[in-house]
Amino acid sequence: MLDDFFIRALLAGVGLALTTGPLGCFVIWRRMAYFGDTMAHSALLGVALSLLFHLNLTLSVFAVAAIVSLALLLLQKRGSLSTDALLGILSHATLATGLVLVSFMTWVRIDLVGFLFGDILAVTEADVSLVWGGGILVLLAMVYLWRPLIASTVNPELAAAEGLEPERARLAFMLLMAVVIAIAMKIVGILLITSLLIIPAATARRFSASPEVMAVMASLLGAVAVTGGLFGSLKFDTPSGPSIVVAALMIFLASLLPLGRREHGAIAPAQSGGDRR
Amino acid sequence: MLQTNVPDRSTLVSLSAAGLYRKGRWLVRGVDFSISRGEIVTLIGPNGSGKSTTAKMAIGVARPDEGQVTRIPDLKVGYVPQKLAIDWTMPLTVDRLMTLTSPLRGREIDAALEATGIRHLARAEVQHLSGGEFQRALLARAIARKPDLLVLDEPVQGVDFAGEIALYDLIKTIRNTTGCGILLISHDLHVVMAETDTVICLNGHVCCRGTPEAVSRSPEYLRLFGARASQTLAFYHHHHDHTHLADGRVLHADGSVTDHCHPDDGHHHDDGPSVGRAGPMRIVHAHGPDCGCGIDHSNPAATGGDEPAEQRDA
Repeated sequence: MLDDFFIRALLAGVGLALTTGPLGCFVIWRRMAYFGDTMAHSALLGVALSLLFHLNLTLSVFAVAAIVSLALLLLQKRGSLSTDALLGILSHATLATGLVLVSFMTWVRIDLVGFLFGDILAVTEADVSLVWGGGILVLLAMVYLWRPLIASTVNPELAAAEGLEPERARLAFMLLMAVVIAIAMKIVGILLITSLLIIPAATARRFSASPEVMAVMASLLGAVAVTGGLFGSLKFDTPSGPSIVVAALMIFLASLLPLGRREHGAIAPAQSGGDRR
Repeated sequence: MLQTNVPDRSTLVSLSAAGLYRKGRWLVRGVDFSISRGEIVTLIGPNGSGKSTTAKMAIGVARPDEGQVTRIPDLKVGYVPQKLAIDWTMPLTVDRLMTLTSPLRGREIDAALEATGIRHLARAEVQHLSGGEFQRALLARAIARKPDLLVLDEPVQGVDFAGEIALYDLIKTIRNTTGCGILLISHDLHVVMAETDTVICLNGHVCCRGTPEAVSRSPEYLRLFGARASQTLAFYHHHHDHTHLADGRVLHADGSVTDHCHPDDGHHHDDGPSVGRAGPMRIVHAHGPDCGCGIDHSNPAATGGDEPAEQRDA
């Protein structure tokens, strides 16, 4: 009934969504949406460099995204320009440099649209195992780093005072972002990666009572969005990457609808002082 | 650096000529003090005088650019920062806040919430707490992990007067029961906790230091705040012999202006950081009749009694 390519796409997409859920929560909590975008845009420079020097595509994208995030950390410390200006420069500079480099290489014909918007229906078995292998690694690292990550998100100085090394957690988080961008590029594309990080996490916020619940909810909502988007793209013959994002958006919009009692349930304990104990 | 103030085994942290330089100026310089187990040290000083910076150097959040900070190995710190805003996008209940930096048992959490009087708020989201409730939650979090050193940066901000007395009472109890060292930063230049062992006044450097006298005998104080409050609050009186000008230079009492203020440059008639220099702890209640503090100054007797004291669970 379902073709092999569709099953592979589904597996890869769901695997990716499970990974981006917790990571996306941190992107929201730390207000790093534009930062994620910048790292994603730098992926095209990674693509160009991998073609130019015949390097492994995923590794090149990971390396460039990691270098860009480290460069940003250094530039931020020098403090001459505001962070959003720096992000704007790095984001579009890396994207444009990538595009220019690719155009110089007349001997390669690459599917630029595929890189920008993803080509999930073309994923191979190797891609699926990359997504799941990389995803499981990222999730294990997140579990290991969970307490320092949460604590340094709430307050880095508090985390440092109580021995949790917020700088290390931050660095690890950026490397994990780079990993996710490298494995997500083929699936939703450079321009749409951040949406898979942010939209499910933003949707999950309203229904979550703790950071942990929000992370799991974001993963599940992301998986639903991927599944819905892929079936929609099959049914209406629409591009798969954008269809996934549209599906995520529709879930987000649905979550905004007033749900009466549920809304009260979320707020009441704080106001009434939580007599349940 | 250890030989200067001969720290015994109970010294948790000692700072020696510590200073922090940021963006072209010294935030604080030449800070010397130590905190031992069971000791309460209070930092006071005007805004921007380096109180928080000094506390951050003491606990290792900021590395000093000169001088030295020595901490015992594996010093367990409980920290209440001056400013802490939790983004509303993060769902966080008081219960969850308690285990932010270390795992705790349920009864440890309950005991800390009970002690700070906010056990009924355990399930509340921190973003919905009032300023005073949030401050209590942060204090509960810091004490629940049973630290060796408790660092409280303006712990009573946003807490009303009765709550302030209750919190100081609680801090005293924590010190007495756990024997931890406490570094307290006071938001008020004139009020310190009476249990304080050492008051250090900062103004970019250590201006003066001393021991706050017991003020419970003072009749004016008793009349204003009641007998019980006097066990908790004391007042600290200042003699500044110089002023920091807007351009960073220092105007001394003898009329001279210098680039820095050093205790030994001859402009100070300060005989070193001795207790006597700090002067007596005086009762200062510098409010006019229309100050709006809720106390009727025209009739001091009306504010007598112990009304602010017994509101701990209010």
